[in-house]
Amino acid sequence: MAEDKIKKVSIIISKGSLDGIYPGLIMANGARMEGIEVNLFFTFFGLEAIMKKRMDKIKVATVANPAIHIPSLLGILPGMSAFATSKMKKEMDKIDIPPIPEFVEMVHDAGAKLWACKATVDMFHLTMDDFCEQTEDIINVGKFYEISAGGQIIFT
Amino acid sequence: MASKTLAGKTVEVDGEGFLLNPEDWTEEMAKELAREVGISELTDRHWRVVNFMRQDFNEKGQIPTIRRMKNAGGIPTKELYELFPDGPAKKAAKISGLGKPQGCV
Repeated sequence: MAEDKIKKVSIIISKGSLDGIYPGLIMANGARMEGIEVNLFFTFFGLEAIMKKRMDKIKVATVANPAIHIPSLLGILPGMSAFATSKMKKEMDKIDIPPIPEFVEMVHDAGAKLWACKATVDMFHLTMDDFCEQTEDIINVGKFYEISAGGQIIFT
Repeated sequence: MASKTLAGKTVEVDGEGFLLNPEDWTEEMAKELAREVGISELTDRHWRVVNFMRQDFNEKGQIPTIRRMKNAGGIPTKELYELFPDGPAKKAAKISGLGKPQGCV
């Protein structure tokens, strides 16, 4: 049993919606709570979770998201995404799930390492200055596999 | 359900050794429970966490999350991980005589 315990995980966050970012952060935080080593790799639109100017503006998608139970035609109305986002945030706060900027700080303080994907950074012409202070570095895929050695990799 | 003797008193515990009845807990037991999770000595900083957890549990009826310990208890997350390595929420709850935390955060 003891040998079966997961010791290290790498979690990739590739989506920039609220529901695309939270699962990865919750799993990262939960892993640290179990004493598991964690590397978080933010790629593509997932990078918004660690971008200073974007991280507190993450929204839930109200279009092309059947599980939100808002018809897509209504989902396009102005303010719809903001409305759904604020409702969801309130429910999350009740169960002590923090807003994204606080959550990023929390998982970092819990010992998780946060990395930004180089390909995306180049594509969007970003620099380290665009990222929150908890960001370790900008790394390429090769380096990601290097730091992930010996662990499990989870793509979200 | 099982029982075991802690600090000379027989108490009911779950399969992982968490106290089932928080009112059974004494400070002497905390020291023994700490050794069980690999903490040989409880410092003042540990006690600050334990005291907050018990007080908050008594008031709210829920084991505080790591976020609540930070925001309501003023215990920085980094410090919590330093004091209770490899599983602060579970370890601190166990030492505090509370059940195993059931939340995801």
